Amino acid sequence: MQKSLHIDPNKCTGCLQCEMACSWENHRSFTIAKSRIKVFSFHEAARFVPYTCTQCDEAWCMMACPTEAIKLDPVTGAKIVLDPTCVGCKVCTIACPFGTINYVASSGKVQKCDLCGGAPACAKACPTGAITFVDADWTGLEKMRQWADKTDTNPATV
Amino acid sequence: MAWTKKVLRVNLTAGTCSTEPLNQQWAQDYLGQRGLATKYLCSEIDPKVDPLAEGNKLIFVTGPLTGTMAATGGRYSVVTKGPLTGAIACSNSGGYFGAELKFAGWDMVIFEGRSAKPVYLLIIDGKAELLDASHLWGTTTWHTEETIKKQHQDPQIRVASIGRAGESGVMYAAIVNDLHRAAGRSGVGAVMGSKNLKAVAVRGTLTDAYQVANPEAFFTAVDAGKAVLAANGVTGVGLPTYGTQVLMNIINELGALPSYNHREAQFEGANAIGGEAMHEKRPTDGKPNLIKNGACFGCTIACGRISRMDPNHFSVKDKPQYHGASGGVEYEAAWALGAANGVSDLEALTYANFLCNEDGYDPISFGATVGAAMELYDLGILTEAEVGLKLTWGSAEALVKLAEWTAVGEGFGKIIGLGSKRLCAKYGRPELSMTVKGQEFPAYDGRGLQGMGLEYATSNRGACHVRGYMVSPEVLGIPVKMEPQATEGKPAMLKAFQDLTAVVDSAGICLFTTFAWGLQDIQPQIQAACEGDWSEERLLLVGERIWNLEREFNLGAGLSKKDDTLPPRLLTEAIKTGPQKGAVCHLDKMLPEYYEVRGWTAEGVPTPATRTRLSL
Repeated sequence: MQKSLHIDPNKCTGCLQCEMACSWENHRSFTIAKSRIKVFSFHEAARFVPYTCTQCDEAWCMMACPTEAIKLDPVTGAKIVLDPTCVGCKVCTIACPFGTINYVASSGKVQKCDLCGGAPACAKACPTGAITFVDADWTGLEKMRQWADKTDTNPATV
Repeated sequence: MAWTKKVLRVNLTAGTCSTEPLNQQWAQDYLGQRGLATKYLCSEIDPKVDPLAEGNKLIFVTGPLTGTMAATGGRYSVVTKGPLTGAIACSNSGGYFGAELKFAGWDMVIFEGRSAKPVYLLIIDGKAELLDASHLWGTTTWHTEETIKKQHQDPQIRVASIGRAGESGVMYAAIVNDLHRAAGRSGVGAVMGSKNLKAVAVRGTLTDAYQVANPEAFFTAVDAGKAVLAANGVTGVGLPTYGTQVLMNIINELGALPSYNHREAQFEGANAIGGEAMHEKRPTDGKPNLIKNGACFGCTIACGRISRMDPNHFSVKDKPQYHGASGGVEYEAAWALGAANGVSDLEALTYANFLCNEDGYDPISFGATVGAAMELYDLGILTEAEVGLKLTWGSAEALVKLAEWTAVGEGFGKIIGLGSKRLCAKYGRPELSMTVKGQEFPAYDGRGLQGMGLEYATSNRGACHVRGYMVSPEVLGIPVKMEPQATEGKPAMLKAFQDLTAVVDSAGICLFTTFAWGLQDIQPQIQAACEGDWSEERLLLVGERIWNLEREFNLGAGLSKKDDTLPPRLLTEAIKTGPQKGAVCHLDKMLPEYYEVRGWTAEGVPTPATRTRLSL
């Protein structure tokens, strides 16, 4: 079973544990500036939204890369940047429709979410269940269940 | 290694920024944040200095757990001599600013002197510079934060700033970061304003500025701590659901919710302004005041309130800028803006709270000062002509107007901005000021809860609930249940709470964790993050050392035993109704014993033996 990161912004409180976990996983530092997942705060709407790469099946970043530095991990489905091959040309950052692959000036390479090899640190660190790692075919299952629960139309049971 | 070991010193008079190494011996003796900055302040300024004069210093400081994955590890403090009290001031804030300062590579920023013109400090990692703030002066904290981010084309900059209250010298002006988190009490914002320092803006991207000493042990301890917070009824359910506002009805039912400037100890409108009310749909527009809860940096509790006002409420009817979501009322703010004045209009409280955030002033001191003014008005000492409006108990219109005036130092707002002590003295009734050492009480009656009475009287920064939260044992039964009216054992319990609180405030984590965490949960996290041996015994000794150093600063500033007291109302006027009826605060029974357990003389001065024991 392939798994996907699934994000439920309604559950996010903006604590940034996910950003620290990501930075720790990849940079051995808590510095959130290096995180591959970002939580956006839409202040006036009172919304916090974690956002990262959704691992497109037809990945624009991968197709745009002139040096074949982005590879598919067949097990996790993640598109992974191969640091030794990446030349930091940033074409992938233009190709990505979602902005989730970004250049890191200090390394001269791009970075993006690689699902931590199949055990994403952000999902593990999230204290509210806003970020989960679930069956890729059924990311909507929990939402379906919640709506399914509202379908009781039998007045006898109300 | 959990310290960056770097201190930024900013001389505002000369306009210079310089780097110096952290005094590592002091870090070993005082841990960080509150303790460490207190040591620096005490070593660098004359305690008798005028708080608003050039000679005072203002320190922004982080702790070793700030900017780590420890739950709530995002705290910073501002330490200075406070203008409201003339005592040491240490105000603690969450949000994201503190962690960012650490990511930029700084344990601490020390501001000294006074700038000739308004400036703000911009820190981008190792680079710090003072920049002209003339375009920001006269504007709110919200405008300042937005403008700085736009100006430097970096939405990820974090900003701590003062609003117009800090500029105009409101004695309880706050420093606001991340729109609605504040180093709120004792007037630290007024000190910042006196230095012509508008804001501190910081962006931190370094990955090697600091490191936890033992990552494996650190994650074990941190994960265990998070599990304890999640499983606890207060931190796992109560605080995320109702925020600190979970307390409004509890304290009211206990008969320890002061109202009408402490004339009463219960409030008939408590239900309308408490945590449950924030969830209820308003009759006016069918929507609740509360939209959701929010967290500070690294916090797995998430007690923050995010509210949206009824756009048709009289206070914001034609002001669309207040129709979006923003920081809602916490318990202390709801009490001060509401119960202390008899106002039970939650929307009016929310608006006043927005203004407190927007222009940077402490809602506790502001609301309590309005309460004192309302009593003066009720007694006929203040008149409508003098104030410019009818200042009757419970008037939401008056509260709203005074909040607007105080924010900008206009009309009678200028007087309200002086705080309750100076207000009551000005009108010849100093005994009506519900303050200790010049700082207004928060939301618990020191008669209804004897331990809180002692806590207020002995707090090093004036009346305060976060210097030794006796509500824990007296109401919540944490760590043991103590009867509210008992005095036995309270001095020793208070000392333990004060020392433990000093440790928490010096570590970089939030005091609210201690609803669930004991020292046994905190110690392993500090131990794993910091080099050296940090046993529970050593940490409590550090806490006690901090408490005594603060005390010595205050003694040096001219405070003494005579200031360890309460207003006569709490000592002689018995509570009239409710479960605590007949109660006064028996401070005389507790204070001598408190001095004794502290190892102080009968005059409240640390004995030579105590000083030696604490290596002071």
